[in-house]
Amino acid sequence: MVEAAIIVPAILNGLTTGAVYALVALGLTLIYGVLHIINFAHGALLMVALYGVYFLYALAGIDPYLALPIMIPAMFALGYLLQRYVIGRAGHGKDENVMLVTLGLSIVIENLALYLWSSDTRTIETAYGFATVDLGVALIAVPKAVAFVGALAITAVLWALMRWTDLGKAIRALARERRGAQLVGIDVEHLYAVSFGIGIACLGAAACLLLPSYYASPHIGSAFVLIAFTIVVLGGMGSFIGALVGGLIIGVTESLGGLFLGESLGKIGVFLIFIAVLLFRPTGLFGQRV
Amino acid sequence: MAEPLLKVDGLHAGYGAVEILRGIALAVDEGEIVAVLGSNGAGKTTLNNVLSGLLRAWRGSICFEGEVIANRPPQAIVERGIIQVPEGRSIFPTLTVRENLELGSYRRARARRAANFDRACAIFPRLRERLGQFAGTLSGGEQQMLAIGRAVMAEPRLLILDEPSLGLSPRLVEEMFGLIARLNEEGCTILLVEQNVMQTLTIADHAFVLENGMVTLSGSAPAVMDDATLKRSYLGI
Repeated sequence: MVEAAIIVPAILNGLTTGAVYALVALGLTLIYGVLHIINFAHGALLMVALYGVYFLYALAGIDPYLALPIMIPAMFALGYLLQRYVIGRAGHGKDENVMLVTLGLSIVIENLALYLWSSDTRTIETAYGFATVDLGVALIAVPKAVAFVGALAITAVLWALMRWTDLGKAIRALARERRGAQLVGIDVEHLYAVSFGIGIACLGAAACLLLPSYYASPHIGSAFVLIAFTIVVLGGMGSFIGALVGGLIIGVTESLGGLFLGESLGKIGVFLIFIAVLLFRPTGLFGQRV
Repeated sequence: MAEPLLKVDGLHAGYGAVEILRGIALAVDEGEIVAVLGSNGAGKTTLNNVLSGLLRAWRGSICFEGEVIANRPPQAIVERGIIQVPEGRSIFPTLTVRENLELGSYRRARARRAANFDRACAIFPRLRERLGQFAGTLSGGEQQMLAIGRAVMAEPRLLILDEPSLGLSPRLVEEMFGLIARLNEEGCTILLVEQNVMQTLTIADHAFVLENGMVTLSGSAPAVMDDATLKRSYLGI
């Protein structure tokens, strides 16, 4: 079967991309679920993370995968500070203000990147960049296989953190019951910032996994953020498992779309799903009914 | 005479420009049940929220164990042992009963979580049967038990109960007052805020009656019960 020989690798490739999409969407859905704000700066911050990984490699020679323990805490800190001292302060507790602040941030960050680093696309060359692993049914590029496993592993760690630690329980408690959280002694402003920080730390991890098979440029964020929004809507706003399943579905859809319709028209499938979900299941696959 | 556990003096507070509390003074001694009575809008919940740090005090002082705690953040007040069970319970609906209880010791008494967990389950056997269930699926009475159980987890020095009998069936109300008396016998000081005047006064040591944001009557529970003003305003006698 000639068909299967093409389709199977396309699906596998889609899953690898989808796992990284899921990681990006996970950050977005966590921030939405806890702070009830839509972070329009998500794409711009992913771009910053990609440049971070690029410069760590280009200037200090640090391999992108070894940059994980640097990028995750660094992006967490950036997210924490942004929420605590910029978004939280400027928002005055009003959703429409917060929306404008995150949107404004994304514009400022993108144009700063354009000014500082020009619009050139930057790639890195690693020894394993063009290596492949043979899965029997298909050959998969090593960076993609690593990205898949890495993204799933980080998702699992995050899930365990949210499920079993006091921090995770407190974040879930705060997401639904702010007053109750205050009355058990949860420092609400701190925990909002921690949640935002974790959401942004996901971008740091995603950037490390992406860069060996991808590139950095000032406008790279917008490509991801539209897809991440689609995943969050598909999976259900604020749903953890929804972001993961949604990410994989969108990854495969995009890959198969590219196979049958070509690279530029291929993305149409992603947005057809987006519209279909809004029409027929607005709460998403795993969303809670209001 | 020993210093009271909680001492409030000349307390003013409100929402926006509207003043709700207009000079409250009250004191709670260690080991007591102190009732705060008043009709809707008298300022009872506002008082609780100021005590818990959820709402700013405009003027006046709040001292707990001799330390000024007015306008400290809620987590600092929880840390000192003032634990409020609010009206409407504020349990965490999407967490399990077990997780709700565990978070009761998020800020305080974390080291003794296991022992306090057993204690909360002993006080509320119904909760033990439902540990794995989401708190949002509990009945109203069970949610009230969970809210109190969550507070017990923090080993309160002062437990503030805001209308614990609200929305419960008469039998459960009876049970609730019995339970409050029992918690008190076990050594917990309680500030009981209620509309249910007669039942509250039978278990309380002292009572303060709030009207329009001021204390209009106070004294020992039997004295307050006998007071003509109270009878007139609450019982229509």
